[in-house]
Amino acid sequence: MMQTTELSALLDTLCPMFVMVDDQGRIVNAGPTLQKLRPGHPMRGRDFLDVFELVRPRTVTTIAGLLSLAGGKVHLKFHDEPRTALTGLIAPLPKGNGAIINLSFGISILDAVRDYALTSADFSGTDLAIELLYLVEAKTAAMEASRSLNLRLQGAMLAAEEQAVTDMLTGLKNRRAMDVVLGHLISGNSVFALMHLDLDFFKSVNDRLGHAAGDFVLQQAARIMEEETRNEDTVARIGGDEFVIIFKGLVDESVLSDIAGRLISRLCQPMMFQGAQCKISASIGTALSTQFGTPDAAELLNAADQALYEAKRQGRSRHCLYSALAASGRKPASWQ
Amino acid sequence: MYGLINRAIQSFVCTTYGQPCWLRVTEAAGLGIAEFEAMLLYDDAVTAQVLDALCADLNRQRAEILEDLGTYLVSHPNMEDLRRLLRFGGVTYVEFLHSLDDLSDRARLAVSDLRLPMLELREVSPAEYHLYCYPGLPGYSSVMVGVLRAIADDYGALAMLSHEGQSGDAEVITIVLIESSFAEGRHFDLGARKS
Repeated sequence: MMQTTELSALLDTLCPMFVMVDDQGRIVNAGPTLQKLRPGHPMRGRDFLDVFELVRPRTVTTIAGLLSLAGGKVHLKFHDEPRTALTGLIAPLPKGNGAIINLSFGISILDAVRDYALTSADFSGTDLAIELLYLVEAKTAAMEASRSLNLRLQGAMLAAEEQAVTDMLTGLKNRRAMDVVLGHLISGNSVFALMHLDLDFFKSVNDRLGHAAGDFVLQQAARIMEEETRNEDTVARIGGDEFVIIFKGLVDESVLSDIAGRLISRLCQPMMFQGAQCKISASIGTALSTQFGTPDAAELLNAADQALYEAKRQGRSRHCLYSALAASGRKPASWQ
Repeated sequence: MYGLINRAIQSFVCTTYGQPCWLRVTEAAGLGIAEFEAMLLYDDAVTAQVLDALCADLNRQRAEILEDLGTYLVSHPNMEDLRRLLRFGGVTYVEFLHSLDDLSDRARLAVSDLRLPMLELREVSPAEYHLYCYPGLPGYSSVMVGVLRAIADDYGALAMLSHEGQSGDAEVITIVLIESSFAEGRHFDLGARKS
């Protein structure tokens, strides 16, 4: 049988964080790396449980219990600061002569190398500790590079969204684009009509058949609006199921009413989505730039809005002109 | 080509020759961009265009510039992360040289789709080594000469390096180790962490 000293020398090389304890749990020898963690306080001769606190398994509290965990894994901590966490594997020595407990840092390795200024020489040549440290640094550097790229891309995306003028779902203009068009028309003293169109029963399609059906309906509605208007007109989706159509140079109310009528009749026709029938309709309110002395975008939108509200009030699938509203003296001032 | 490589060139040029030089080079190369993103992929031709434009701008040989790039990668404070990763290769310069066989695998461990050419160290004598650089990245062996020279300083070793030329499809670098602990070298603290 190998002498204790010979065995210790062997273990110094193979597992420099070993502890050899006798049957009483007294430390016979400790590996050089483990001893390095407590310089000036030799572990040899002290009780294992005085140096280390057993964290898991919780049921084990005595040295006899510990020694019975042959082949088992234990979690330990130093009693004193820094209370580095260690994992250990217990291998009993023959004839009840105590045990070898091989310790390792496990996940606490990152703090340990810093706290104890460990070097490669403190780990055995087959220990993966150095590779782990390498990997952590390499991955951290790669992650940082990725993160900084993500931040820049996010910034670019926000800027692009800010500048975007197209509604992604329908391909129509968006609210921002509509504001720009309206601004241009007003500052250029152009005459135009502004139609505010709201889909009726859209919410019920969405609720009943799901968002995919809702998206489909919006796309179909957008297509119809583009087909029923001229190239120089602006069709914008300004909200969930709200649209604005700007007719440049067109202020003839009977023509506008015809267009509105065609739009409503086409939008009322059921659309088929994956075998399910989607029925919507539309209400429209129309205002003219010529109805205001010095037209203002907000004022015009509000006027079209009031006409739309009246159309809805009359039972949906209708078109209402702001002029009719003004003539009848019914201006729901409380509207929005 | 991985952006990391282009980005390294960009960082080297901006630090060594200044931002105006870099802008001239990217302009001359007709890239349409002046900034590379480390974690994006670029066409291989882009790197060649940049290097050609750089050689023309500086009126220097490509191999010389790439050696300087290699030195920069190890010795400039901007590149401390990379120096540390390389130093994980070994405790001594000789150990580091032997770890070069694993360099492409190590790089892949960090960035899974980064492919660096194979390297193979052959020991001629304890004081002389030949490093075989296999193809895959034009100019890699020149960069490696710069890296090996700078990291020898880092370890405090005194070594002479020369580019021996071609052997089969590999380019061969000769490393003659004059003294392995010539100077103090720079400290490598395993537990050092960025604040």
